[in-house]
Amino acid sequence: MANAAFTARCVAAGLLWMIIQSVQADDVKRYVVEGSRAAGLSACVEPTELMRRQHMTFIKHQRISTVHEGVRTGKYSLSGCVACHISYDAQQNARPINQPDQFCGACHAYAAVNLNCFDCHASVPNAGTPLTATAIAAHQKAGVTERIQSQTAAGEGH
Amino acid sequence: MKDDHQAITDGIDQGRRYFLIAGATAAAVAPAVLLQTVTAASQATPVTSDVRWGLLIDTAKCMEGCTACIDACCHENGLDLQRPPGGEATSKWAGQQAVWMRKIKLQDNQTGRVTSLPMMCQHCEEPPCMDVCPTGASFKRADGIVMVDRHLCIGCRYCMMACPYKARSFIHQEMHGQLTRVPRGKGCVESCNLCVHRRDHGEDSTACVDACAAEGHHAIIFGDLKNPESRISQTLRELPSRQIREDLTLNTGVRYSGV
Repeated sequence: MANAAFTARCVAAGLLWMIIQSVQADDVKRYVVEGSRAAGLSACVEPTELMRRQHMTFIKHQRISTVHEGVRTGKYSLSGCVACHISYDAQQNARPINQPDQFCGACHAYAAVNLNCFDCHASVPNAGTPLTATAIAAHQKAGVTERIQSQTAAGEGH
Repeated sequence: MKDDHQAITDGIDQGRRYFLIAGATAAAVAPAVLLQTVTAASQATPVTSDVRWGLLIDTAKCMEGCTACIDACCHENGLDLQRPPGGEATSKWAGQQAVWMRKIKLQDNQTGRVTSLPMMCQHCEEPPCMDVCPTGASFKRADGIVMVDRHLCIGCRYCMMACPYKARSFIHQEMHGQLTRVPRGKGCVESCNLCVHRRDHGEDSTACVDACAAEGHHAIIFGDLKNPESRISQTLRELPSRQIREDLTLNTGVRYSGV
């Protein structure tokens, strides 16, 4: 009898743990915008918790080697953030990533931290971004490839 | 001063020795492998002072009234995306708008000979803009490109006053729709960076060179000044050329012939 009660308690605890886990997973994904490439991935270039706390440090270190030493291959690239986390509206126009309902903008608004990156940097992917193979595949899946190619050909910056 | 130099040399002597031994061994063992690695990793390794990028402008081939190089520069670097603040007079905006290249007309008053040439950042070996910058935002890359690190620029514009070539511009208003390859924002100084994104991605020309060639003028040559085999070095050996304001002994990376 005691054994059965113990088993029931274990099962209940297990169920509770699973529910908490799924809630946490939802929580982690809270700001990842549906339809972006990032939505289909389990984590960013580093584990989610690390990215949340340290992303500004990662990109700050990389920007020094990019601007001063011409190294363009690092994995903490701001244009990488934009390429992966961008979402598109019904007309397939890219929505600026710093808008309050988009990936960067939403979290920065929640955390009440000023977001200055996009005062200077492009907030949508454009002709200047060499897309990675995975990003191209994601864009094809979202049906926006032709539009991006036509922008590249016309040299449009936005 | 000499003693200091001696001490530094002594200090790094051992390191140099190991480096040279390792380098000699590697070079003897697999030169072909090394060459391939260097080509593939050009984007992943820091730029070195083995190259010095420069331009040679043949003013005899530069046509008066042609602005192909300026238009291409503005398009390549997103300068054509600037919009005047609301209500500003057109004449004022023309003076405020950032441009990286200008066309200059020189006239010899005695003979009446007119020379037309593009003027931009001369990529000095000893840049005055770098000397006066209070934050280290004006800097020279190892490959000779003089640039502004906008993360550090506070917009004081000392460099604009120090530059003998009037090559630098200031961004006066907020920007929208920037190019990914050329970030730009209110309150920073900027100037020609020899299409640095093209350098880092291994392309072999600049926007102005391509545009000039497309017009059929071929007045601008881009290349490595340190490589004696490069076209720019070979042409510099043949053509008489000058630095603008050579009296300042800045050793510019942009040279002009026919002036």
